Amino acid sequence: MYAYTDFDRDFLAERNAQFRAQVERRIDGSLTEDEFKPLRLMNGLYLQLHAYMLRVAIPYGTLNAGQMRQLATIADRWDKGYGHFTTRQNIQYNWPELRDVPDMLDALGEVGMHAIQTSGNTIRNVTADHFAGAAAEEVADPRPVAELIRQWSTDHPEFQFLPRKFKVAVTGSAQDRAVTAAHDIGLRLVERDGEIGATVLVGGGLGRTPMIGKVLSDFVALPDLLPYLEAVVAVYNLLGRRDNKYKARIKITVHENGIEEIRRLVDEEYIIRRAAFNGADMQLFGKISADFAAPDFVHGAGDYAAQYADDPVFRSFVDTNTAPHRHKDYTILTVSLKAHGATPGDATSDQMRVLAELAESYGHDELRISHEQNVILPHLPKRHLRAVFDALSGAGLATANIGLASDIIACPGMDYCALATARSIPVAQEIATRFEELKLEYEVGPLKIKISGCINACGHHHVGHIGILGLDRAGVENYQITLGGDGGPDAIIGERAGPGFAYDEVVDAIERLVRAYLAIREGADETFLETYKRTGPAPFKATLYPASEKAHAA
Amino acid sequence: MPRAFTPKVVTANALLEGDVVYLTKQGHWTRKHEEADLIEDQATADIRLIEAQALAHEVVGPYLADAIKGADGPEPVHFREAFRTRGPSNYAHGKQEG
Repeated sequence: MYAYTDFDRDFLAERNAQFRAQVERRIDGSLTEDEFKPLRLMNGLYLQLHAYMLRVAIPYGTLNAGQMRQLATIADRWDKGYGHFTTRQNIQYNWPELRDVPDMLDALGEVGMHAIQTSGNTIRNVTADHFAGAAAEEVADPRPVAELIRQWSTDHPEFQFLPRKFKVAVTGSAQDRAVTAAHDIGLRLVERDGEIGATVLVGGGLGRTPMIGKVLSDFVALPDLLPYLEAVVAVYNLLGRRDNKYKARIKITVHENGIEEIRRLVDEEYIIRRAAFNGADMQLFGKISADFAAPDFVHGAGDYAAQYADDPVFRSFVDTNTAPHRHKDYTILTVSLKAHGATPGDATSDQMRVLAELAESYGHDELRISHEQNVILPHLPKRHLRAVFDALSGAGLATANIGLASDIIACPGMDYCALATARSIPVAQEIATRFEELKLEYEVGPLKIKISGCINACGHHHVGHIGILGLDRAGVENYQITLGGDGGPDAIIGERAGPGFAYDEVVDAIERLVRAYLAIREGADETFLETYKRTGPAPFKATLYPASEKAHAA
Repeated sequence: MPRAFTPKVVTANALLEGDVVYLTKQGHWTRKHEEADLIEDQATADIRLIEAQALAHEVVGPYLADAIKGADGPEPVHFREAFRTRGPSNYAHGKQEG
C-alpha cells in the first residue's frame, strides 16, 4: 500500500500545527464560532448532537495493521474505546473533546492518516472497491488511481470552495462493489485494446434528489484521467448552483444542463487542462502503483479442505463471509461488524487490535473497510482460515451474516447526528435481532437492508433491496420503506412503498415483507430482488398495507 | 387570536466537551434540562437568546427549544430534545452515563 513520503509527513504536520493554533484561538476567545467552524470542518471536526465528532478518512478503505492499532489507541486514549466505520470508508470518533483533537490528528499523522476534507464543500475521501487488488474477476486495482486522486484533490487550491461536497468512487471490477453510480464522479476501470482506462460516470448521488450517474465518457485512458477529472470539477465549480444548497450538487447541474452540454463543456475545458499536465502526474502514478504491487502469494492450502469438510459451523462461516480471490489458495474474508443486536459498523479497540494482529500474522498486513461497514482481510491464505476463524470467534467477530438480512448498513441517525430526523441504529439492531430469533436469514438468502435517519441518505436506503428512511412526522419518528433498490453495476433507485410506519411498527413491517417474499418466490434460488423485479411492488405493498388493500377491493 | 406561546429553554453545546447545556435563570449553563430557565413569553425568549449568544466563549450554537413544565422542572417536548437530555440509545454514554 501507499507509504507516505517526507513531503506528505511534513504537509500533515504543518497542517496539524495550524489547526492546533486555531483550536487554541477558539478556546481563548480570539476566534468566534462562525470563524472557527469552517476551519474545524476542513479538519473533519463536527459538532453533533451530544458531543464533537472527528471523522477520519480511510482512503479507498485501505489500512495496514499499524494504522488499525493506532485507531484503537486513539479510541482508548481520547474517546470511549470504540470507533464507528461509516458508509464512506471513514472512521468516526463520537466523543472527542475539543482540546484533544489536535493530539488525535498528530497521532493519525504518525501512521499516515488524516481527517482533511472529510467535511466541507470539497472533494471528499475517495472510496473504492473493498476487494481491490484481491478479487478474482478484477480488471485493475482501483487503489493507485484512488491514491492519485487523493493526492491531487487534497488541498487543491481551485477546489476548496466547490458549490457543494464532491464524492468520487473507483472500482476496478465489473461487479462494482463501490456503488460508483451513486457518486458525483464514478470511475469504472476497464480494459480496451490492452490499455487500462476509466469509464467516467457523473451526476450520481442519493440524498434529497436521488439520481443514477450518467456516462460522461466511455473510456478515458489513464494518462488523461487526471486532466479529465480536473476539467469535470472545473466545469462544475463554475456552473454548479450556489443559490440553493439543495440544488448545488453536480447531479442537479447535470440534470438541469443535460449530459450532452456538460460533455461539451468538459471536452472544451479538457483541452486547456490537458496542456497543463506535463507527465509528472504519471510519473507519480508509476511510483504509487509500485506501492500497491500484489503481495508475494504463498502456494498451498494446507489442511483447509479437511477443516472445511469437518466442521459445519466453520463451513457456514466460510460459505457466507468469503469471496473468490485472484489466487487459488487464498480467499477474501469479510469480518462482520454486524453481530445481531450490535451497532452496525462499530468496533471496539480490542476488536481493532485483534483484526490488526490477524492481518499482520496471516493476511499480508492488509485490512479494508467496506462501505457496507465491515472489515475485510483481503489476502487470507486458506491454510490460515481456520485459525483466523477461531481468533475472530473469541473476539465476537465471527458472525456469519455477510450479505444477509442482518448485514444492515445504517447511518448514525439521531443517536449521534445533528442532521438526523429519526434514529437508525436501534431500528437496525432490532431488525437483526428479530431475524436471529426467527432463524430465517439463511433461508431468505441475499438481502440488503439499508437505513438512513434523514433524507441525506448516508445509509444508502435508496439502493437497498429494502430501504428504510427515518423522518420526523409531526414530532414523531416515522419510517418510510422503499423497495427494489440496487447499488450494483446496474444501479436502481428503490420505489417508495407507501405511507411510513411508526418506530414500533417498522420491524414487523420488514418481517412481513420478507415472509411475503418467501411465500411468492419461485424457488430458493430466486433472490428477494429478483422476485421483486418479477412481480413488481404489488404483493409487497399488499403485505405492508393489508387494510388499505381491502379498502380498495371493497 | 395570536397563537399560544410554547414555553422555551435556551440550549447549546459546551465549547470544550460538546456536551448539551441549558441556560439557567441566573445566566449560568447547566447540564441538566430540569435546571433550565423555562421561558414563558416570546420577548423574554428573544432577550435570553441574545444573552446566551454573548456567552459564545463557553458554548456553541445556542437556540430556543420547546419545553413544558414538569414535576422537577422543565421537560423537553420534541423527541430530539429528549435524546439530547440523555445520550444515544445504543450505549449508556453521554448524560445517562451518570
